[in-house]
Amino acid sequence: MTGTWLIRGARPLGGEPADIVVRDGLIDSVGGDGGAPAGAQVLDASGLVALPGLVDLHTHLREPGREDAETVETGTRAAALGGFTAVHAMANTEPVADTAGVVEQIWRLGRQAGHCDVHPVGAVTVGLAGAHLAELGAMADSAARVRVFSDDGRCVSDAVLMRRALEYVKAFGGVIAQHAQEPRLTEGAQLNEGEVSGRLGLTGWPAVAEEAIVARDCLLAAHVGSALHVCHVSTAGSVEIIRWAKSKGWRVTAEVTPHHLLLTDDCADGYDPVFKVNPPLRTAADVAALRAGLADGTIDCVATDHAPHPVEDKETEWDTAAFGMTGLETALRVVQAAMVDTGLLDWAGVADRMSRRPAAIGRLPGPGGALEPGLPASLTLYDASASDTVDPRAHASMSRNSPFAGRVLPGRVVATFRRGAPTVLDGKLA
Amino acid sequence: MNRHLISAADLTRDDALLILDTADELARVSDRPIKKLPTLRGRTVVNLFFEDSTRTRISFEAAAKRLSADVINFSAKGSSVAKGESLKDTALTLEAMGADAVVIRHSASGAPARLAGWVRGTVVNAGDGSHEHPTQALLDAFTIRRKFGRSAGPGPGRGGSAPGGALDGLRVTIVGDVLHSRVARSNVLLLHTLGAEVTLVAPPTLLPVAVGAWPATVSYDLDSALPKTDVVMMLRVQQERMNAAYFPSVREYSRRYGLDGARMAQLPEQAIVMHPGPVNRGVEIAAEVADSARSTIVEQVANGVSVRMAVLYLLLGGAEAQS
Amino acid sequence: MPAVDPASPSAANSGTANSGTANSGAAAGPARDTPAARKAVLAAAEIRRALTRIAHEILERTDGAAGVVLLGIPTRGVPLARRLADRIEQVEGQPVPYGSLDVTMYRDDLRLRPARALGRTDVPAAGIDGAVVVLVDDVLYSGRTVRAALDALHDLGRPRAVQLAVLIDRGHRELPVRADYVGKNLPTSKQEVVRVLLTEVDGEDAVVLSRAAPAATASTGSGA
Repeated sequence: MTGTWLIRGARPLGGEPADIVVRDGLIDSVGGDGGAPAGAQVLDASGLVALPGLVDLHTHLREPGREDAETVETGTRAAALGGFTAVHAMANTEPVADTAGVVEQIWRLGRQAGHCDVHPVGAVTVGLAGAHLAELGAMADSAARVRVFSDDGRCVSDAVLMRRALEYVKAFGGVIAQHAQEPRLTEGAQLNEGEVSGRLGLTGWPAVAEEAIVARDCLLAAHVGSALHVCHVSTAGSVEIIRWAKSKGWRVTAEVTPHHLLLTDDCADGYDPVFKVNPPLRTAADVAALRAGLADGTIDCVATDHAPHPVEDKETEWDTAAFGMTGLETALRVVQAAMVDTGLLDWAGVADRMSRRPAAIGRLPGPGGALEPGLPASLTLYDASASDTVDPRAHASMSRNSPFAGRVLPGRVVATFRRGAPTVLDGKLA
Repeated sequence: MNRHLISAADLTRDDALLILDTADELARVSDRPIKKLPTLRGRTVVNLFFEDSTRTRISFEAAAKRLSADVINFSAKGSSVAKGESLKDTALTLEAMGADAVVIRHSASGAPARLAGWVRGTVVNAGDGSHEHPTQALLDAFTIRRKFGRSAGPGPGRGGSAPGGALDGLRVTIVGDVLHSRVARSNVLLLHTLGAEVTLVAPPTLLPVAVGAWPATVSYDLDSALPKTDVVMMLRVQQERMNAAYFPSVREYSRRYGLDGARMAQLPEQAIVMHPGPVNRGVEIAAEVADSARSTIVEQVANGVSVRMAVLYLLLGGAEAQS
Repeated sequence: MPAVDPASPSAANSGTANSGTANSGAAAGPARDTPAARKAVLAAAEIRRALTRIAHEILERTDGAAGVVLLGIPTRGVPLARRLADRIEQVEGQPVPYGSLDVTMYRDDLRLRPARALGRTDVPAAGIDGAVVVLVDDVLYSGRTVRAALDALHDLGRPRAVQLAVLIDRGHRELPVRADYVGKNLPTSKQEVVRVLLTEVDGEDAVVLSRAAPAATASTGSGA
């Protein structure tokens, strides 16, 4: 039920304190005389940064098929607690989300859970096998209104197939989100190819395996006049290529994960597979380039690539462990540590990279992504002065594979509102 | 101080010399009628071998038994591991059995490091994937030391002995598949610690991308390296690498990087030829070279027991070191 | 790896009778006695005379050192054994075999400290079967080092008899061990530290007595 709320003393986009009034699911006013409307619930938000509700372009909810790792229910709880009001659920489920039927199932599960909007991502190819296009049109027309298509987990490596997919989605304003990983250059690869992998005796994952595909796909998108989104950019070279492509006016967008903004391949010392991820953690130079790219807008947004795994898939030797890290509940905190506290991005910038732009890339219906009167009241209240040690056992996600476990991170999501109704209050599910 | 031996980098120069000096002394136990010392009586050493290696396992077993330890052998074939039991569950089983030390060989780099987090005992790395094989590097250093007259011996110093020297100034050339070799990694680290000059010779495809950061010189040309080396250490090259395009054919590899009789003649007079085994005769090393007087291949095996006795004694024979 | 530095005096002491000293931590420095706290108990000349007397006693009791093998226990038992062998050879005109017997691996207190560096075991080529082995050490204290030496001998062969020669007997036996040949009996308290210095190892000949430094973690007397 969306009631009336007076959010007192929040700092919209980190600016001066202002009262925000929420009524009937919309933002009624920002700043104002401070009078509480009749029947309003009051939330004391003094000192809290107010951001438009965060949108994650890249999450793995694992349902259907891997409910031992996460479900739509637990994953969306985690999302809400992380300040997200919308997530895009990747298609590498079991069965793969390559038909209208499966994407609608996931969409409905999201609505039932009610913690945040779930926008299913449709697979580009049937079964993610990289051979035949999936019924992209049917998925676009379904109740789930799919606009983002991705084989994430796998790369659409066949150049002709990628070309066709880019062309095909023009018909309904869709976008192909590529997981850039040249398969032959990364057979058996475990960790970024460099000094650390050489020392640890782990098969290397060269940066060029990502960059070669990114370059190819930018050129293809330009050639056929379509839109390309690059998932989880991880190398300095990729950032340069995307910057170049954008300078040509090509319709290329890109995302970076929180962990790639903070962690390097040195984390693999000790061989704890909690640091094993695809694409792998890279060098400090790559981290610096990614931060600079996010700051100057070459990289459009932060996307978590939240990848939950059960304990037995991570508590093994490195080679056999699954790739992936959880991220929904720590994302905003990591972005604060990597970008805001380092002076690279202000809160307005965070709002742009974590709400406005991902909503635009995801082609989400309706207005939003800003804290302005008349827009849906989807917002996050965040205490930037808090700090504590990350404990995955306290997370709402079913899985515990967070690389930030035991690390002190700043910030705390205090409340999340979705279209005027609170999903999180005082740091707990509402 | 480190209670596990997982990487050659765990050893300082003094640690390494202590192991080698101790091995010198323990080597003489095998000349006695009773080839046993009571030192590890009551301790349990588990050989946890996930990869087949009869030679290394027997070497560790002999070393432990000569120190009177109880030895339990656990090999992967036909065991619960083959049926999918995880490394962690295996570790917990060993804990329950009261293993004081676990000697582990595994095909995954990093398995000993993971194991060390799950057991209270001491972990000795007997070879993990492409990562390291520290006791191999120790027995190689021991062999080199002996051959170049730098072992511990009788003398006026403490204990009636003179401690052995290090390998300062000796030139060692390691040839072969460095990229995939745990023996190479451990040797580069330990030889550097002991003051030797290391040169790596391999085709560019078999060298790690960041090998420039290693404490060694790199060359693609075997013939120019041989006249300037005291030790040439040949690594085993696997035929499967040919199928992954690391080199075009065994013939070409052997021609460019194999140690045959003609190349052996280019070595300085005092130079020795080493190989960790098993040997691919005719591929990386010719039969006549493997069997020549310069070859230390057989001695290396014998030295392995003494060195492993020294490692087990120093890790287990005293109070538990803090980790 | 254990933090033993084999070159440090403290590590060297661990092989002798005085391992119950302040040097119980392998990385600890030498016992901190000031010159005033050190008391010279035997000077070089007295050590010389004592060794000469012991050499003669050995000759008397073994019928001219027939079948005798002298084995010094590292560290300082070794030069003492060599000096005794020299004196015996001077008197009798016949060389007597001597060597060293490291007992580290047979000690009963191994687990109390990080693993120790080994001394050298050098048994003369003829071995010890049927021989009269005279163990030689600098200080006899608890008797445990000698017990370890007997175990070590047991694995090397079967001597006809085993005797013990020590430069100093400081009492406080913890096992039924006694010396056959004693340079000097020195009554001591357990708080005192007896150190034998020999030219071959320490650059001078002396026996000094001092108080143990208070920081010592007392390991039970594990000397000879």
